[in-house]
Amino acid sequence: MTTDTDTNSSGGPASDGGATPRPGKNRTRKHDAREPGGDPGVRRPAITGRRLTMWAAGLAGVLLLVLLPLLNISLPGMLPGPSYTPGSLQLLAMCMLMAAAALTYHLLLGVAGLLSFGHALYFGAGVYGLAVILQNMDIPLLPAMGLTLLIVIVLAHVVGSISLRVSGIPFAMVTLAFAQAGSVIVGRNPDGRTGGDEGLTLRTDNLPDFLVGVVNTRNLYWLALAVLVAVFVIVTWVQSSRAGHAAAAVRENELRVRVLGLQPYLVKLLIFVLSAVLVCVIGMVFLLLQSGAVPRAISSDLTITLLVMVVLGGVGSRWGAVIGGVFYTVLDQRLTALANSEAVKSLPDVLRVPLSEPLFILGTLFILVVLFLPGGVTGTAERLAQRRRRGNRRAGNQGAETPRDILEDAA
Amino acid sequence: MSTVVLLMFTGLGLGALYFLVAAGLSLIYGLMGVLNFAHGAFLTLGAFAGWEIARRAGSDNWGTFLLSLVIGAAAGAAFAAFTEFVLIRRLYQRHIEQVLVTVGLALAAVALFDGIWGTDPVFIQGPAWFKDTTEILGARIPNDRFVCIVAAVMVLLALVFFLKKTRYGMIIRAGVENRSMVTALGIDVRKAFTLVFTIGGAAAGLGGVLASHYFGYVSPMLGGSLLIFAFIVTVIGGLGSLTGAAIAAVAVAVLQQFANFYLGGTGDFVVVLALALVLLFRPTGLLGRTS
Repeated sequence: MTTDTDTNSSGGPASDGGATPRPGKNRTRKHDAREPGGDPGVRRPAITGRRLTMWAAGLAGVLLLVLLPLLNISLPGMLPGPSYTPGSLQLLAMCMLMAAAALTYHLLLGVAGLLSFGHALYFGAGVYGLAVILQNMDIPLLPAMGLTLLIVIVLAHVVGSISLRVSGIPFAMVTLAFAQAGSVIVGRNPDGRTGGDEGLTLRTDNLPDFLVGVVNTRNLYWLALAVLVAVFVIVTWVQSSRAGHAAAAVRENELRVRVLGLQPYLVKLLIFVLSAVLVCVIGMVFLLLQSGAVPRAISSDLTITLLVMVVLGGVGSRWGAVIGGVFYTVLDQRLTALANSEAVKSLPDVLRVPLSEPLFILGTLFILVVLFLPGGVTGTAERLAQRRRRGNRRAGNQGAETPRDILEDAA
Repeated sequence: MSTVVLLMFTGLGLGALYFLVAAGLSLIYGLMGVLNFAHGAFLTLGAFAGWEIARRAGSDNWGTFLLSLVIGAAAGAAFAAFTEFVLIRRLYQRHIEQVLVTVGLALAAVALFDGIWGTDPVFIQGPAWFKDTTEILGARIPNDRFVCIVAAVMVLLALVFFLKKTRYGMIIRAGVENRSMVTALGIDVRKAFTLVFTIGGAAAGLGGVLASHYFGYVSPMLGGSLLIFAFIVTVIGGLGSLTGAAIAAVAVAVLQQFANFYLGGTGDFVVVLALALVLLFRPTGLLGRTS
């Protein structure tokens, strides 16, 4: 599925060679990290081999996930029951949707270097848009989804074109303000249409039968899996496309891109709108899975959750975003279970209060990761692998771009 | 007429709260380039500290109120100094990671407040005079508005005096203007960092106590909701500009009150619209420098 620019490091036609100081850095950075001094021509076969194994492993993983509802696998401590039960499938589907949402956030932060605090607006627009349309109009699911998508495309263009007038930290503040306006509108419950704090229950009259009811959780599970795979493929494709290269170049050095005659503003807007559209689709599936819309889906907390997932997994890495999304969702669920367990309830107050707040533990974990493991899960795994491979040779890192660099590019 | 005056003073009171939060945010951003998401947590901690004082010492007298202001400011300042010293300092010059750390801190702190004081709002009472109204031009204005306004004006004057007349104030102003030059002159800017964080935290803590009287309750969400408007205020006013923050705080709050009253509760929406307009026509904010 990779495109030609992806396997050919120096041949990126528009932006690659000139605009980026380090040619070929848009391909998976890991390989550069491992063989920093190597000649690109020499290491290409090795990369292709590794890539093939990677994709084969991915394919096998997806196949396993597809078959999971038909199997009886128990993972005590992670899943609430055997893998075919609706409870487990629901949790797994949630993990996959959150991983997909984290991937769209990766597109913003890891690729284009846009630190947005308003990503939840488009997720929430998907959730609430579809819920409100299904509630008030008698149209089938697909046209309703199309209509929601249309609204989000317009919304993302408007908000994106205004907030991209500033960059770095002010961009973060402005996107946050817009998202907050969306959250406030939902909370105000105009004409009783969004349900205010209570949220909205999904009206199922116009939904196809195979998506309704607990019995059909596995259909929703497969839908969530399809969404995750599709988002992963699209994000990979965008990253290896000309627009993706240009976006990464803008992140590195906007002035240089402008001097080359490209338009950073349009590239950033494209990535912004694209990630908004993708996360809107995820939001719509989220609505079907949860069979209801809750105000949290459009709150700034959700954006922060996505940010935490991406950083925990490792900024700039697609797999990192997926791992972060799954890890966070499972951990959140497990910590909530822990908070309600008898073992915690019997502790003295000093220990009980912090332990019974999942967000306290997650927030602290997040701080520790930012302070001590700047590459998140994937970055740390990468460093360990590198250290093992090199033995006692000095670990030079010039060819690779570390997550730290990517983060600072966003400033 | 009386409605207009009432809205005006309510807006000024709210603007005072916005300013107390935005002043610290703006100074911190101006000097260090850090967007401090934990600023709301400083405010909430200040509010809860003030409430604890009022609960223990009896809420109905002025002495307790003044004490709660002092304790609230001290709590905010201590929390802020701790944040700068333990978390921010380690990530010197890594602006995005500093933001991430404050995001994590805000998450953890709000969750901890939830655990300690519960998620429901706790109601608070001040001196009896707060509940009375004063008549100005036919409008009956609740007295707590005046307290907020007076406190914010005093903080503004004190900050301006500090920045203009004292040595550390001058270092901070110079640091906002050109940090590398200040460092090159052999001045340790990092002391100024801690100082600015502490001052910002104190202002936020003070704002927290006042906000709890203005709204009549304290909840762990108090800081977060004010913080977002403070962000808007700092962007509109121009990042790093104290005067800009003051002007924008009043403008935003008054606009919000009027829109809420005359345009059917659309205040928040109008404020975001104003932000969009400012960004379209003046991306650096009202008094922001072009950088």
